[in-house]
Amino acid sequence: MTTLQQFAWLTRRAVVRTLRQPAAAFPALLFPLILLAVVAAGLGSATDIPGFPADSYLQFALAGAFVQAAMVGGINSGADLAVDIESGLLDRLALTPLRRWALLLGQLSGAVTLALLAGVLYLAIGLLFGVEIAAGVGGVAVILALAVVSALAFAALSALLALRTGSSEAVHGAFPLTFLLLTFSSFYLPRTLIDVDWFKALATYNPVSYLIEGVRSLYIDGWDSQALALGFGLGAAIVAIGIACASAALKGRLAHR
Amino acid sequence: MTGHDFGSTTLTVAGRNFKTTMTNPGLALRPILGPLVFFAAFAGGLSAVGRTPGFDFSSGYTAFQFAFIMLQGALFVGLFCGLALARDLQSGFIRRLMLAARDRRGIVVGYVLAGLGVTMIATTVLLGVALLCGMQLDGDLLDVAGMYSLALVICAAGALWSMGVAFRMRTVQAAPLMQTPGFLGLFLAPAFVPYALLEGWIRPIARVNPITQLVEGARGFVSGRPEDLLLTYGVAAALLSVLAIWTLTGLRRAERIA
Repeated sequence: MTTLQQFAWLTRRAVVRTLRQPAAAFPALLFPLILLAVVAAGLGSATDIPGFPADSYLQFALAGAFVQAAMVGGINSGADLAVDIESGLLDRLALTPLRRWALLLGQLSGAVTLALLAGVLYLAIGLLFGVEIAAGVGGVAVILALAVVSALAFAALSALLALRTGSSEAVHGAFPLTFLLLTFSSFYLPRTLIDVDWFKALATYNPVSYLIEGVRSLYIDGWDSQALALGFGLGAAIVAIGIACASAALKGRLAHR
Repeated sequence: MTGHDFGSTTLTVAGRNFKTTMTNPGLALRPILGPLVFFAAFAGGLSAVGRTPGFDFSSGYTAFQFAFIMLQGALFVGLFCGLALARDLQSGFIRRLMLAARDRRGIVVGYVLAGLGVTMIATTVLLGVALLCGMQLDGDLLDVAGMYSLALVICAAGALWSMGVAFRMRTVQAAPLMQTPGFLGLFLAPAFVPYALLEGWIRPIARVNPITQLVEGARGFVSGRPEDLLLTYGVAAALLSVLAIWTLTGLRRAERIA
């Protein structure tokens, strides 16, 4: 079996596994929608704040749902890897000539599948409720691409956690952390409208702000090269660092067998 | 059946649960740190919402959010009572307790009392931190007592709801069923802006949502201008009565199975 075939086999396994676990997939798809619904309704009048960048809070907040789904999908993907460790599957795979990167990247495909499903769902819901994409039809592909990069970033970090701890409980335990990352970002309001200095600093240093702002720019501003460069650049950097660290952790785990 | 039996069951269960929570750092920190994080996030990150035209809460946005976060923290303490009960039902502890207790309503009241104790501590920490951070509290001591009373009411309501679910489902896997309605009930009230500024589909829902009255009541106490107290406590009494029936019928069902 060539390395590409190994990757394809593991990708297929991760995708099928994701689609066959509705109990895990549905919360990842629906929870961001529920939060979006209550926040968009509760903060609808925030569009009246001088300097608010959009006429509709739903148009502003929708971007957060893409990133939140990527976070939940990433956690699920890491938890699946941890289950493989707990069940001993990873040890058995270590006895085969499977390439490390094929194993790791194949595992991340589950998160990408979920991010794409969520992306299409949120795009459709946005259109249904009259949310326009300022970047036009071309923006749709870029929104989905940024959702995929976000999913890969969180899945890589989650895989690292799974490989370091070998515990699905520990990976699921990271869920509140993702919620904090989202809360202390520009999820609710644009950074320009955050009055409190320490909060503004946190949101500015929080990479999640830039992932959200990348998607948001396509909805509100059109083609904002700076927002897109920051979104894709930071996302890709997290993916690269996450995969490199996870790969080293996988090597260490397999070496101890 | 004697009053002593009810009282001793209540005190035993309450003491055990309170001690379990307060001596386990994982359980003790959650109800204290959770509201602090939300307070920092909402009062800090959303303070610009206080500049929305028509926002007229005199004590400022931090105090406006404090009342909501206080009730949110208390509600989640209550919801975790049901989770603790489900765990005890699964482990068989409740079955043994039911054999020993003649008046099993004491079990319900014991779990609720433990939750109320935790709520008192969590609310006090939150209030202390909020005041240290410069929150403007315009209410007097009586208003502060009113604020605490509403936190205790919503904690008891959350506990009764989640325990009713726990008695019926008897598994910790019912946690989403315990927590999701509480989460929705809370955020379908005026969480971020006053009721008058709510727009769209949420407005009619918030109008009939009983939690709205409790949130507005708590904000009235924080600002030192409590209004519609009769309505607020009437809604609280009605809510607790309905949820008490829900829990006690769940208890009867669990008794039949045990």
